Order: sequence, then structure tokens, then C-alpha cells
Amino acid sequence: MTRWLNTQARRVPEWAVWLGGALPLGLLIFDTLRQRLGVDPVAAIEHRLGRTAIYFLIASLAVTPLLRLAKVNLVPLRRALGLLAFGYVVLHITAWVVIDMGLRWEQLLRDIVKRPYLLFGAGAALILLALALTSSAAAIRRMGGSAWKRLHRLVYVAAVLTSLHWLSVGKVWHPEAKFWGFVVLVLLGVRLLPRGFGSRRGGNKSVAIQ
Amino acid sequence: AAALSGKASKLSTDATPNTFEEISNYNNYIEFGNDKTTPATNAQRLKTEGWTVAIDGLVDHPGTYSVDQIAPENALEQRIYRLRCVEAWSMVVPWIGVPLGPVLGKAGPQSAAKFVAFESAWRPDEMTATPGLYQFPYREGLRLDEAMNPLTLLATGLYDKPMPKQNGAPIRLIVPWKYGFKSIKSIVRITLTDKQPVGTWQAMQPSEYGFYANVNPAVDHPRWSQATERVIGAGLFAGRKDTLPFNGYGDEVASLYTGQDLAKDY
Repeated sequence: MTRWLNTQARRVPEWAVWLGGALPLGLLIFDTLRQRLGVDPVAAIEHRLGRTAIYFLIASLAVTPLLRLAKVNLVPLRRALGLLAFGYVVLHITAWVVIDMGLRWEQLLRDIVKRPYLLFGAGAALILLALALTSSAAAIRRMGGSAWKRLHRLVYVAAVLTSLHWLSVGKVWHPEAKFWGFVVLVLLGVRLLPRGFGSRRGGNKSVAIQ
Repeated sequence: AAALSGKASKLSTDATPNTFEEISNYNNYIEFGNDKTTPATNAQRLKTEGWTVAIDGLVDHPGTYSVDQIAPENALEQRIYRLRCVEAWSMVVPWIGVPLGPVLGKAGPQSAAKFVAFESAWRPDEMTATPGLYQFPYREGLRLDEAMNPLTLLATGLYDKPMPKQNGAPIRLIVPWKYGFKSIKSIVRITLTDKQPVGTWQAMQPSEYGFYANVNPAVDHPRWSQATERVIGAGLFAGRKDTLPFNGYGDEVASLYTGQDLAKDY
């Protein structure tokens, strides 16, 4: 079963992930043009883009646990998942700046420094920007593997900030934000298990996984 | 239910009202769901027949009244009011109802009465709130002079229709110069009291939701600015509108707060 899954996963070309990743955007554009976003399309567009970004971020964080616990290797697709998350973050921020804030730059910039939920969001966005800029094979060569790995471990911080951003944006902790925040915690927590956990052979027990 | 009509009022704004579709499909009604769209479906379970409102506390004539007794058809007025939500969006709604002042007047407030406390229906078997997220029943309160202000309305309909359930049927409060959460829905009890009541949101987050909750562009919500608002129904690229002090009703109500620091009494 695992071998079959891995064979299938190897056959998925990166462009297919990109195509699938464009689907939520396509649906959103379709719903917008068909005026199916309800009474407040501005909020609907902004929130759907933000949620989609979180889903892709979570998908990229699930790659390592899948490999470690289920021995399913999706590592070759992880870069595309991460870049898709970043792409939806860019669209989410654009929607906020243009259609929500109406390009009121002064209020917008004052808001960012005053509001924790915007600071959380901005922090996560900056981290994802740095990771996107260093996502190419050339960047890994230039930086060297271990420095690159250290930098890209910041994705854990970005995931926590993103969860806090969603949790603290509303009047109460939204149940959906709580659920996905919990998923993020589980995906990060799995990384603290000793290496080799769940494998029949056992393994090197002292090294925590990255 | 039959159509409603109300006499035009000089207190109405000349702004264009939102459509009935918009007003009845974009609702904050936490007893029926956490987002704006679910109350339109979930609230249909609320049984409003035979509804009564208790008026009690520091009054000479406490009692229980039907909606018709409080807002008889021949007394109804149409009040087209701006509505500003604490979440920084706004609408214009053509309410139908009666001013609250004369209703309280008939109950005979005693001289010790300084505040009015309101309570919403809480019916766990008809309502669908997420358990544990809020403390129900929903409560709100006004100072007596705010309650007696001619702008303050008990609404029983909007456009020419009885109040949609998701908008707070069968009878709700409208205080147009305050953030929308003050305008409590589906009222079952009105209590005159000498103590300042604590509202549901105020009890949960006192640093974010004050007793007064007057619309005020100069006092930010801790987590977002109140300087501007998004106008629902204005389209994707309409941008934001500057928020007015007291939601534009300063001429009618600013004098209620003479000598108060509204940054402190938020």
C-alpha cells in the first residue's frame, strides 16, 4: 500500500500541484463573477484567500509527518505547496489593501503596528516571503544545505503566527480557527517525537527531527 | 404575516436603504450561528407566536405585554436609520416600530430608576449557538435618558414586512447612534433599575466593549480602527467611508453626554 502510494506520488508532476493549487482561485473568480459571494463579497474574497493560504501551509507542514509516520514520500511536492501558500498570502494581503481598506494607506499602516492580529499576520507574511525567495535549488546551493534548513525552519514560526492571526481577528475565537490551530500544533508536535518513532526497526532515539 | 406600514418620520435619514435581501442575509445573531449568513436559515426555528415582553423593576405598573400592546399598528412609524456595526461595516435600514420612550412612560418609571436593562429570549431547543462560547441570555442596557431619547426605537418590522426572524423578531431595540450590538434582538424582558446593567459583550471583553458603545471614530476598538467603515452593498471597489461621531446623530444625542469623557466612557 505504502509502496503503491509512493509510486503514485512520484508520478505526480509538480505542474499538477500548481494546477490543483490554482483551483481555489479559479472557483473564487467564478463565484465573484457569478455574484455568488453573498451580501459582503469583500469579506468573502479576503477570507477565502486567507483560508486557502492556511490550508496550503498546513499541507506543506504535513509532508514530513507523512514521511515519518506513514512512510509516504511527498517531499518532491513540498516546494510547490509552500509557494502556493505564499501566493495565496499575497492575494489575501492584496484583497485587504485594495478592496477592504480601499487603499487608505495611512490608516492601514497605523493599524498594522497597533493591532496584534495584523502584527501576527505581517510577521507570518514576511517569513513566507523570505522562504519563497530562497525556494529555488540555486538558493539551496548558494546558502549551503544547513543554513538553508535553519532558515526554512522558520516556517514553524510562520504557522504559529498564522494561527494566532486567525484566532485573534474576530470578536471571539472562531471554532474553525481553533480547529486549524490545533492541527498546526499537532503537525509541529509530531516533529518533537524521537526520530524513528512508529518505525518497526526503531531508530536513533536521541535526535529530534527538524 | 400581514404587511406592515408606518408613518414617515422626520428622524429618518435620506440615505438610500440597503435592499431587503441584504438586510435579511447579513446578520449577527449569535444565538443562531457565528457567521453572517447562518442566522437567515437557523433563526427560522424561533417560535414567535404569542410572544410577550415583561416590563418590570422600578416601575409603577409592572406587567407582561403582547407585541401588539407595545407596538399597536396605528402607532407604527417608519424610521430609516444608519446602522454601524462595531466590526466597522454599515448599512441603512428602513425599520418599522414605535419609540421606546412612551412605552416606558406608560409603565411609570419610579424616580429611583436610572437605567434600563434588556434581555433576549434564550431557548436552547430552538437556538443553535455554539455551546460555551457565550453567556446567554443576551443582555444589554441603556441609561434611562438614552432610552427616552426620541431616536430610540422598538422595531417590529423592516420595509413593509414583519421583522424577519434573523433580524430579531418579533420585537427588538434600535439605538442608531450606538454600535449595533447594543440594539438587542428578540426582547423578552425590559427592567428599570438603579444599577448600570452589564451587557453580554461587555461582560466577555470589558476592554473592548464598553457600556456606552457610542459610535466614535476617535476611539478605536483595541483590535481595529473605528475611523472608517465598509458600506455593505456598495460593491467591490467602493472603498471605505469616514465614520461619523454618534453615527451622524450628534445633533440629536451629543447633549446626553455633556461633561463625559467619551474616550473613558466608551
